Amino acid sequence: MNAATTAPPAGSGLSETSLQREPAVTIFERGAPGRRAFQCPALDVPAVDPHELLPAHLRRSTPPALPEISEPEIVRHYVRLSKRNFDLDSGFYPLGSCTMKHNPRLHERVAALPGHARLHPLQDPARAQGALELMWNLERALSEISGLPHVSLQPSAGSHGELAGVLLTRAYHESRGETRHKVLTPDTSHGTNPATVTMAGFEVVALATNPDGGIDLDDLRTKADSDVACLMLTNPNTLGLFDPNIVEIAEIVHGVGATLYYDGANLNAIMGLSRPGDMGFDIVHFNLHKSFTQPHGGGGPGSGPIAVSERIAPYLPVPTVTRDEDGHFNLDHERSQSIGRLRGFQGNYGCFVRSYAYICSLGAEGLKDASETAVLNANYLLARLKNTTHPPVAEYLPLAYGKLCLHEFVLSGGPMKRELGLKTLDLAKRLLDHGFHPPTVYFPLLVDEALMVEPTETETRETLDAFADAIAAILSEAADDPEIARNAPYTTPVRRLDEVAAAKHPVIRQALS
Amino acid sequence: MLDAIGVGSVGEIFDRQIPAPVRLGRPLDLPAGLPEQDVYEHLRALAQRNVSAEDELCFLGAGMYDHYVPALVDMLMERSEFLTPYTPYQPEISQGGLQVMFEYQTAISELTALPVSNASVYEGPSAVASAGYMARLHNGRGRFVVSAGLHPHSIATLRTYAHGFGVEVIEVPLREGVTDIDAWAAAIDEDTSAAFFAQPNFYGAVEDAAALSAAAKTAAEKAPVVIAQVDPLTLGILAPPGDCGVDVAVGEGQSLGNRLDFGGPSFGFFAAREEFLRRMPGRIAGETRDVDGRRGFVLTLQTREQHIRRAKATSNICTSQALNALAGVVYLSWLGRQGIVELGELLLARTHYALQTLTELEGVEALHSSSSSSQPVVREFALRLDADVAAVRERCAEQSINPGADLYALTGREEDRGGLLVAITERRTRADIDRLADVLGAAVASERQSQAVGA
Amino acid sequence: MAEASYPDDLLYHAEHDWARIENDEAVLGITWYAQDALGEVVFFDPPAVGTALSQGEPYTEVESVKAVSDVVAPLSGEIVAVNEALADSPQAINEDPYGAGWLVRVRLSDTAESETLMDAVAYTATLGG
Repeated sequence: MNAATTAPPAGSGLSETSLQREPAVTIFERGAPGRRAFQCPALDVPAVDPHELLPAHLRRSTPPALPEISEPEIVRHYVRLSKRNFDLDSGFYPLGSCTMKHNPRLHERVAALPGHARLHPLQDPARAQGALELMWNLERALSEISGLPHVSLQPSAGSHGELAGVLLTRAYHESRGETRHKVLTPDTSHGTNPATVTMAGFEVVALATNPDGGIDLDDLRTKADSDVACLMLTNPNTLGLFDPNIVEIAEIVHGVGATLYYDGANLNAIMGLSRPGDMGFDIVHFNLHKSFTQPHGGGGPGSGPIAVSERIAPYLPVPTVTRDEDGHFNLDHERSQSIGRLRGFQGNYGCFVRSYAYICSLGAEGLKDASETAVLNANYLLARLKNTTHPPVAEYLPLAYGKLCLHEFVLSGGPMKRELGLKTLDLAKRLLDHGFHPPTVYFPLLVDEALMVEPTETETRETLDAFADAIAAILSEAADDPEIARNAPYTTPVRRLDEVAAAKHPVIRQALS
Repeated sequence: MLDAIGVGSVGEIFDRQIPAPVRLGRPLDLPAGLPEQDVYEHLRALAQRNVSAEDELCFLGAGMYDHYVPALVDMLMERSEFLTPYTPYQPEISQGGLQVMFEYQTAISELTALPVSNASVYEGPSAVASAGYMARLHNGRGRFVVSAGLHPHSIATLRTYAHGFGVEVIEVPLREGVTDIDAWAAAIDEDTSAAFFAQPNFYGAVEDAAALSAAAKTAAEKAPVVIAQVDPLTLGILAPPGDCGVDVAVGEGQSLGNRLDFGGPSFGFFAAREEFLRRMPGRIAGETRDVDGRRGFVLTLQTREQHIRRAKATSNICTSQALNALAGVVYLSWLGRQGIVELGELLLARTHYALQTLTELEGVEALHSSSSSSQPVVREFALRLDADVAAVRERCAEQSINPGADLYALTGREEDRGGLLVAITERRTRADIDRLADVLGAAVASERQSQAVGA
Repeated sequence: MAEASYPDDLLYHAEHDWARIENDEAVLGITWYAQDALGEVVFFDPPAVGTALSQGEPYTEVESVKAVSDVVAPLSGEIVAVNEALADSPQAINEDPYGAGWLVRVRLSDTAESETLMDAVAYTATLGG
């Protein structure tokens, strides 16, 4: 490694000091024997020999080797660790398919109100009317946005919503005395779709993509038969394209008695503009952490409510929120045809509070504006890249399908790899030195060296311009010396990590005691 | 911006891509947007219509508990750098989150005495169901044997999942408040994929985990996967599952530094023996080095996961509960090695005191009374009231006391009629317990009296 | 990593597997092309001795960091031995795909099947430019 390539590039958004570069030390390596933060409340009941209360054979013989550490040390450890993260509040995060939009802090404030945060999930409905009303209102809003009449908020994440949806499909067919074995998903689908299908006991049948990036209708007609239970679709799909044949697709699927499932990961493109229910979908899952701005938390928590058509409604998970004639809310646990529970209690209520606050803030017009701006931003960024002639960005990174896009677009790094010797991974790593989180890379699988960009409505034109300039700068730099990007990043807390060693000899915990 | 794109309006971008028949063509039927302060007032008004653990003396548990969450947990969870990134797909700029996962996995392995932990899953009951799916992938067998001591939500969730992938669920009853070990062993056969119990069980009693594991493994020619749903906060004093022959320990992590939030979000933990490493669901962080030799962390063993293996993935789980797991590991660091033992001993003593005090009341006895003294309880116990439970709970609520959960409403089991499940956390002092005794005693007495008058 | 090579003494299946036939048995592995596409192999979990293979069907998997690939049986038969050494050094599949990187040894159930396989020249032609 020569010195010239280890220095941060001039004008980069990231200096060596903006993210902590120091040796990694774990919490278990800090502190000292006997040190502590916790002060146990006094024993205010009569002392009883603990061994009388808990016989030796049920007891732990040695304490778990948790840290022995003071409160200031804990705070300093985790604050320093936090500075080794890049986050949405620090910069542009165009991670395709993940909808990294701003998280208003109002949501954290209202979610932390004790009436929400310290409400026990088994509180009697009569004394949790505010929570149940909030859930009811959120259900009604999601119903209106999706164009489907019934909602369950229970699923914990998008993947969990998918599982709910496929199990609902199973229950629907079973109630009609039918046993179907296959579920169709396009080859562009999120990996969760086929994984869910297997988990729910069905066989995956992949559908081909046509040259325009949509479902290949001939392939669909060939594969849609009476053994197909469901078609799972994302629309706009993972290429950021709306399938213009959606009405015909719905007719084919319904024609063989199957259900149509909408993966709501890309709902941020069409809120208030087009509704899955009106397209013919029977089941939709929402990602509250995407379209409805639940903070992503470094990878969870999420929340994945589902909305369904009338024919699917009898099978929704228990409990459901109900409202009686007097306007009192309750939880209905007695639904004879329900698929049952998908988890404990009512769902990720803390996420409901945040997403409900978001919907209240934006209202009908605001949600539509959000989608329009997200789509405008994506198309502007795409145009900015296409219109850059020095270097010719579109020659190195052509749009994989279509001309316009909705909320995201997918570029192919194939030409860049062939002509500049730069893989999409290298481009992504060099973007880190420019202070940007890279787009999603290597997905969808059918695009060679894919780069999937989703700017969201959060970003300003200035940010989009700066990002486009960074891409252009990296390509120009690579035309002169591809080694610079191939060895990037340089300015991050660590540089490229040995993932082969990590997988070959997994070290997934610290050896203690 | 429109010029650069080459369209005349934003509407044109949509017109050129979305066919007219599926355009909405009208405003959404939702209220107009509100300024921030109005939204705050609306959400505050809703919060005020809830009676939270801040507003009453709360003895509810049954899966989620009103433990004290130290202030530093809130402070760290609110940091932008933990709150607003996504899954650490770019490890060079995600070392903070990845190291937290690694520390979390280490802490869970320590607690459970099992060598392999993932970076967390959704929550408790679905973790139980995911463990069932892992067992099914592991041995391909057709039935699950489940102790009735498992949380009813866990049993229900397992049934929902198992119906999908085609495994039968068989429930084994309790005897005197704990899993009937003879019925347990008798239910396990060659085709049993996994056997599940809870520690402590749903009714609060401590199970003999080692005996149940041993019985499960010798019950048939081929041993099932032994899966325990464990309350992690009790593991300072209870023998850890890994030392009791358990293969997979899962559970609800809420009691580790997560708030109640009316049921979520929290996190589920998932730990197992080494042989399950490549069948685990969810994210796993691993330690490695960068090109300059610096220690670092990455997501590893990703070929298990849905984004690579698609239909053959070990699970469809995509995200973990990273922020909630952060709260968990910060909380465990705050408690520390001695603290988790001290807290456990305190809960044991106060719970014992509460059980004694309440069962001295007229019309109140231990639900499994024949041998209540012989079944240890750590934080929770089951009572039987000689009065209508719902009515008694209403009377207590008028005194701002929530005396615990209505057992029959949760399990639907005939033998649980009259049952009240009472949880004692470190926030419930002796004075609180004494007040519960006064109010509950009076409520039961009044209810018995009015029943007698009515009869 | 070794240079691209496709030995003449082997037979090839279109799914990038090779077979070295020795009387009524065959040693099986993946080709240089397959290991190159996969990247460094980090894990190989050998199937059990006695497992039945059916030509054209997957019988095991090889894993790299970011991909997992089914290995398709070029011939039908029953596994009589597996390469245990790969558990500790799976990278042998990359470094020496036709030697130390062999996967399994199979007793063939239908030796005539070998006529459906390609020789090195025919296989190399399928790989294109």
